[in-house]
Amino acid sequence: MKKNLFRGRLVRLIAGDPGILAENYVRWGRNTEFTRHLFREPAVLWSAKKYKDWIEQDIEKDNPDEFFFDICTLDNERPIGFIGLFNLLWNHGDAMVSIGIGDPENWGRGYGTDAMLLILRYAFQELNIQRVTLGVFDYNKRAIRSYEKAGFKLEGRVRQAIQRDGAREDVLYMGVLREEWEAENELHNPGSLEYATEESGKG
Amino acid sequence: MMIEVQLFESEKIRLAPIDHEKDAEVESIWTFDAEYLRLLSLEPARALCPAQIKKKYEKIEKEAEESKSLFYFTIRTRPEDRLIGFARLYGVEWANGVASIQLGIGDHQDHRRGYGLDVLRLLLRYAFAELNLYRLAAIIPAYNQPALGLFEKAGFVEEVRRRQAVNRDGQRWDLIHLGILRPEWAERNG
Repeated sequence: MKKNLFRGRLVRLIAGDPGILAENYVRWGRNTEFTRHLFREPAVLWSAKKYKDWIEQDIEKDNPDEFFFDICTLDNERPIGFIGLFNLLWNHGDAMVSIGIGDPENWGRGYGTDAMLLILRYAFQELNIQRVTLGVFDYNKRAIRSYEKAGFKLEGRVRQAIQRDGAREDVLYMGVLREEWEAENELHNPGSLEYATEESGKG
Repeated sequence: MMIEVQLFESEKIRLAPIDHEKDAEVESIWTFDAEYLRLLSLEPARALCPAQIKKKYEKIEKEAEESKSLFYFTIRTRPEDRLIGFARLYGVEWANGVASIQLGIGDHQDHRRGYGLDVLRLLLRYAFAELNLYRLAAIIPAYNQPALGLFEKAGFVEEVRRRQAVNRDGQRWDLIHLGILRPEWAERNG
């Protein structure tokens, strides 16, 4: 048995407090660079209350096709972002993944890649699904590099799928298969599935 | 200056609203055919009785009304006005000018008669010339060759291949995303 599925090398996955998360989203949302790298929808400004209600409704709904977590660094309880699987089709074993790291000071530090490795292990070893899919804007080069590092392969290009500042932009689709993920882990990180050795939860 | 005044009719078919009295009986029978369901949807196939179909119709009309991101039509033959299928534009994103498109023809006997192509032509014109969208997407499993052929004939091109995303009878199939842009459609339609 793996010791702790939710602990990586740099980050942990937690369930954040709705009030704190709402404050985070308000802060992150002020920076439209964050918003426009993540969402297809027009950037909007929501109140902390609206975010909190939305988060609480989500908890209430408890959608069986979604698994969302908040991301913390190992040395701090304060969430720096979120990651989650959604649109999970249990009968086919395919799910989408979405990830966001909020504050620019936390970008480019490997937190996102580490969180992605955790969610892939969760997808393949806990949910036992077959593949994970994501969509990413063509101009989000940092994210694309991170996804490639985590094992995703390019599967296609939705041409001119969104419009930003008067220009049409492509959305790339990437995917990773269970077999690829297993082979990659065996090859480059022997025993990597056990890398959470410092954490408790002895089994 | 002329505008198009008949958006919903071709020679063979017309796009029409749901008939809440009569359609559910017909559509219920289509759902007894697993092949129809498996060509159309990735949801687990299951037969629906007319009462369940009626509920679905109410949900569709509520969603269309409230979200403004769904445009749903039934397909009827001309001149008999017989229900043969449905078609929809869904997931409309107004700011990006995009939507997805799907259609289904229920009865085997109505396949390969050119109805699908007529429906696609009407819906493309509706999307590009009435809703003024910029692109449309269609998502089709690789085993649905008739649909892939139909959409390609209407001008769609393959854009994404989600490898092994669909599991049917223990075999894995790619899920194919196709797309068409307004300029591509306009060029084909003079």
